[in-house]
Amino acid sequence: MPRTRASAPPGATEVSNVPFSGGVHAPGRARIAARTLREDRWWLQPFVTFVCFSAWLLYGLVRASLQRDYFVADYGYLTPFYSPCLSTSCVPGSTHFGTPFGEWPALIPFAALTLPFLLLFRLTCYYYRKAYYRSFWNSPPACAVPEAHREYSGETRFPLIMQNLHRYFFYAAVVISLINTYDVLHAFRGRDGGFGLGLGTLILLANVVLLWCYTLGCHSCRNIVGGRLNHFSKHPLRYKAWGLVGKLNARHMLFAWVTLGSLVVTDAYIALVSAGTIGDFRIIN
Amino acid sequence: MTDLERHDYDVIVIGAGGAGLRAAIEAREQGLRTAIICKSLFGKAHTVMAEGGIAASMGNANEKDNWQTHFRDTMRGGKFLNNPRMAELHAKEAPMRVWELETYGALFDRTPDGRISQRNFGGHEYPRLAHVGDRTGLELIRTLQQKIVSLQQEDHRETGDYESRLRVFAELTVTDILKADGAVAGAFGYWRESGRFVLFSAPAVILATGGIGKSFKVTSNSWEYTGDGHALALRAGASLVNMEFIQFHPTGMVWPPSVKGILVTESVRGDGGVLRNSEGKRFMFDYVPDVFRGQYADTEEEADRWYKDPENNKRPPELLPRDEVARAINNEVKEGRSSPHGGVFLDVSTRLPAEEIRRRLPSMHHQFKELADVDITAEPMEVGPTCHYVMGGVEVDADTAATSVPGLYAAGEVAGGMHGSNRLGGNSLSDLLVFGRRAGVGASEYIAALGDSRPAIQDADVDRAAEVALAPFRDASENPYSLHQELQQKMNDLVGIIRREGEVREALDMLDDLDERAKSVGVEGHRQFNPGWHLALDLRNMLAVCRCVALAALERTESRGGHTREDFPGMDPEWRGVNLICTLDGSDAVQLRRQPVPEIRQDLLELFERTELSKYLTAPELARLDAGGSSTQQGSADGSDRS
Amino acid sequence: MSYDARFKVWRGDAAGGVLQDYTVEVNEGEVVLDIIHRLQATQAPDLAVRWNCKAGKCGSCSAEINGKPRLLCMTRMSTFTEEQVITVTPLRTFPVMRDLVTDVSFNYQKAREVQAFSPPADLQPGDYRMQQVDVERSQEFRKCIECFLCQDVCHVVRDHEDNKTSFAGPRFLMRVAELDMHPLDTADRRQAAKEEHGLGYCNITKCCTEVCPEHIKITDNALIPLKERVVDRHYDPVVWLGNKIRRRSS
Ligand SMILES: Cc1cc2nc3c(=O)[nH]c(=O)nc-3n(C[C@H](O)[C@H](O)[C@H](O)COP(=O)(O)OP(=O)(O)OC[C@H]3O[C@@H](n4cnc5c(N)ncnc54)[C@H](O)[C@@H]3O)c2cc1C
Ligand code: SF4
Ligand code: SF4
Ligand code: FES
Ligand code: FES
Repeated sequence: MPRTRASAPPGATEVSNVPFSGGVHAPGRARIAARTLREDRWWLQPFVTFVCFSAWLLYGLVRASLQRDYFVADYGYLTPFYSPCLSTSCVPGSTHFGTPFGEWPALIPFAALTLPFLLLFRLTCYYYRKAYYRSFWNSPPACAVPEAHREYSGETRFPLIMQNLHRYFFYAAVVISLINTYDVLHAFRGRDGGFGLGLGTLILLANVVLLWCYTLGCHSCRNIVGGRLNHFSKHPLRYKAWGLVGKLNARHMLFAWVTLGSLVVTDAYIALVSAGTIGDFRIIN
Repeated sequence: MTDLERHDYDVIVIGAGGAGLRAAIEAREQGLRTAIICKSLFGKAHTVMAEGGIAASMGNANEKDNWQTHFRDTMRGGKFLNNPRMAELHAKEAPMRVWELETYGALFDRTPDGRISQRNFGGHEYPRLAHVGDRTGLELIRTLQQKIVSLQQEDHRETGDYESRLRVFAELTVTDILKADGAVAGAFGYWRESGRFVLFSAPAVILATGGIGKSFKVTSNSWEYTGDGHALALRAGASLVNMEFIQFHPTGMVWPPSVKGILVTESVRGDGGVLRNSEGKRFMFDYVPDVFRGQYADTEEEADRWYKDPENNKRPPELLPRDEVARAINNEVKEGRSSPHGGVFLDVSTRLPAEEIRRRLPSMHHQFKELADVDITAEPMEVGPTCHYVMGGVEVDADTAATSVPGLYAAGEVAGGMHGSNRLGGNSLSDLLVFGRRAGVGASEYIAALGDSRPAIQDADVDRAAEVALAPFRDASENPYSLHQELQQKMNDLVGIIRREGEVREALDMLDDLDERAKSVGVEGHRQFNPGWHLALDLRNMLAVCRCVALAALERTESRGGHTREDFPGMDPEWRGVNLICTLDGSDAVQLRRQPVPEIRQDLLELFERTELSKYLTAPELARLDAGGSSTQQGSADGSDRS
Repeated sequence: MSYDARFKVWRGDAAGGVLQDYTVEVNEGEVVLDIIHRLQATQAPDLAVRWNCKAGKCGSCSAEINGKPRLLCMTRMSTFTEEQVITVTPLRTFPVMRDLVTDVSFNYQKAREVQAFSPPADLQPGDYRMQQVDVERSQEFRKCIECFLCQDVCHVVRDHEDNKTSFAGPRFLMRVAELDMHPLDTADRRQAAKEEHGLGYCNITKCCTEVCPEHIKITDNALIPLKERVVDRHYDPVVWLGNKIRRRSS
């Protein structure tokens, strides 16, 4: 029988006859009542993430279903939230890829073909997974802080096993990024139809560059480009590409956040210009 | 009878560092049932701390390298006091032992053509150290650990039990080797966790317990280095050789006090770091001894050119052998030119770009940042000598690693002879592998010869061992921690880097006193994981080993390698031929005697120029050499060395 | 420059224990392990703690300080204010032995379950040729000092005792990744990563990376790439198709 400390010696602040249960209170482990002894503000980060993500989702939902103020015809600005616009309901000029679809029902986002893929791309992104597992699902909320669930099977079962499909959404995201890039080319337009450049163009351009940084920094991309190889030395080009993707990948979290911001900024700017609330700041033409 | 847990093995290996693990791998591969015992967790042995690399003349960086040059460097480093056969075997077998590691899964840094990269190190003529950044020891131990696992997996496939042939007993301390009829019969120890006693029956025991550094206050060694193997061997009737030779590494941290002694790797100097005193002077130029004049630069300009063009320039004096640099730093400090915390400055910040420093010396950068709040890319480090390695150790047969006690073997730092009076950097890790393996082979041959007639442990011996182990649980006043601190302080002050007759005598008196007080060490609490008790038991080993060190230091009236006598500053060729042997007599009192160093074979002598030999050998030895034939060159036989 | 700090150190064993209060001297430049040693030498001679190198190299002195898994020897006292009470407990994912010492045998068991390095059968020692760029990834993982802080913090086992059987933990999944990326290893470890070592349990929340004293990017460089490699083999029909075609055409 192991030695017990039946009564607390003087100076003891806590006698823990903590009942056994799961996690840090499992049998055999040091019996300490507090489930975490962290005293720093560990809850701050998940909380901020929770608030920001929720706000972003709300903004996106509202904006995507508004079906207005998404295009500035004078300068060819199309917000990424409505790209590609493929129906006859779209504002004339915004249909950069034609109108294979006819009338579009109300409230359904015009970009309903791509938005789900974009959402799923981010939803299955390794960084976002970390962020929402922590902040929305509390699994765990922070390191060495107990998680909120009794059972845990990680990503081994449906539905979370579907996270393994991330690379397909990555392929889709590459296509969508190409579309967005094409949209930016359309934004180099002046009121007269010739070449032009405004603040909106720059914002769209910056946004698309950041989107590429985010998309190419994807872990699946890193694997496909070179990570799966065991002999880099035999594939010098792929090794180089892997190195470049690795540089972006190291800042993947940064780009994940920055692009959330840049998408909102781009969209909001175009919405304001389109609604006539503000005028576009023109640099050339 | 004592309540105990019993185990039966063919071989038990005490120590899970490089030497112990390599020995165990060999023993298991020879078909023996093998137990590995270690004081700490598996994979934490001291070997993990080795940084710079492992020396082997693979010739990957310079094709001219071969075993002969490696042998030469080793003998020079050890000032010709090495056991020549050990140095020979070591130089010959080291490359194969390193290559073997790759088959176990080691990943050394590579050359452009895909072979193992090799780096420069003090005392090695060619770039010779296989390495992985500055964490080579970690790679070595992890590789061997994983090889053990791989053997266990094989056994598991065959027998369904991972531990059927090879088992690791971690956190178990051996306190006695048991014998019957003069031969090894087993070992006795206790689980650190529970304090329970364990008895191993085995006809062969391989000691691989490492060093003795914890007897000194300022040391790069961990708590495990209490000289257990040395003391176990002594008590089992084996002898220790040349315990006076202790390597003080020139660069240990000196500030803050809590990290004093932690090693600053030699690579810092190899990569361009320079030593300066408080006056900003690169003082090492004043300390180049005559024997090394030809190889080391006279001016800062030449020294600086060496880093770029080693073929056409002489080396910077910062890269002299460790004993020389340590003594120089010691002298600067003594003469009042020390840095604020009693060391000297070691500076790379003005020598290399910050980026380069972070790349080449990542763990040093990390270590200073985290422990001393010093950014080595921007400011100099403060360093001073620290007790690092013991060249002396258990006397063994070069080929089989056998001690004079049948069934008892020793390999690694605990064994003596290989490094003579001073070890070259990188030669220890290779030593572990070469002689670890040889000990495994030696033990298996011994067991094969034994047949079924294995010595049987006597119950009375077990009871006695248990009694000694429990002795500290008495109602007594001496605190083991304070006794240990006193021992460390005194050994540092009195038998440290510079020795004087009076002080060593004082140390011996101090040891008498401590021996007496150790009899009344008492510890509180119970047997479960009780560090006070553990220390009390280790103390007995440290005291025996320290006495050997002090006696030998008093006896050897010359200065050579890791033994510097202020009253006898020169190297004396007469002493070159003398080993000091330490044993216990019937009443467990330490005895010291002289014994000739094994002769260097003619063909090995011929690897050196006569001029060089004349600095080390006596006139009659030289005459014999000349009579034996073909020495290459005639030279002045002044035979002395000022250092 | 010295002051008296207030400590709470967990003392006890599997049967129970307490957070014991101590007031102890702290000097300039000290780390938490120094303070624990001072406690041993002056107030609590039988306080059990594991350590070896005191230089962050061996990974023995793992414990939790103010609730965070850390190495005792690499946590400087200067990171705390003089008023702060410092709480030191054993690792809370493994069974406790005594005081700050835990039974970490779980990790050695898991180590044993990872199939060893499997070189080509006919490759002789001395003939190994590997390029630096090909070994660098695995070298990063071999910096691991096996402190098991990542194993301790990982919520998969920390919060769910029953997952211990099916999940190897970040340290050993990283070992699988290390071998899978080894240029000369002949085994295919992807199936085992998924089936035997429980890679799918990891939800990449990165606590292992946060606590690793060697600053190994465990999640980004080992676990996620390993997950991707598993996808290559088990979930990616495009790759599967590509392989089929290539095999036919070659
Ligand atoms: C900081 C540092 C850096 C170094 N760098 C280098 C380098 O770059 N190159 C080089 O060649 N050498 C280097 N060395 C030297 C080298 O690391 C050591 O000499 C070598 O590792 C010793 O290995 P070993 O196998 O003999 O013993 P160790 O690795 O020390 O192992 C000793 C083992 O014995 C066990 N043990 C001890 N006593 C008992 C007992 N009573 N009962 C049970 N088990 C016991 C311990 O638990 C341990 O497992 C360095 C040393 C230090 C301290
Ligand atoms: S990233 Fe995975 S392995 Fe690492 S702590 Fe989180 S769940 Fe555990
Ligand atoms: S990966 Fe890092 S945290 Fe995990 S055991 Fe290794 S060193 Fe420790
Ligand atoms: S997009 Fe984040 S990992 Fe793929
Ligand atoms: S004691 Fe070795 S890591 Fe802390």
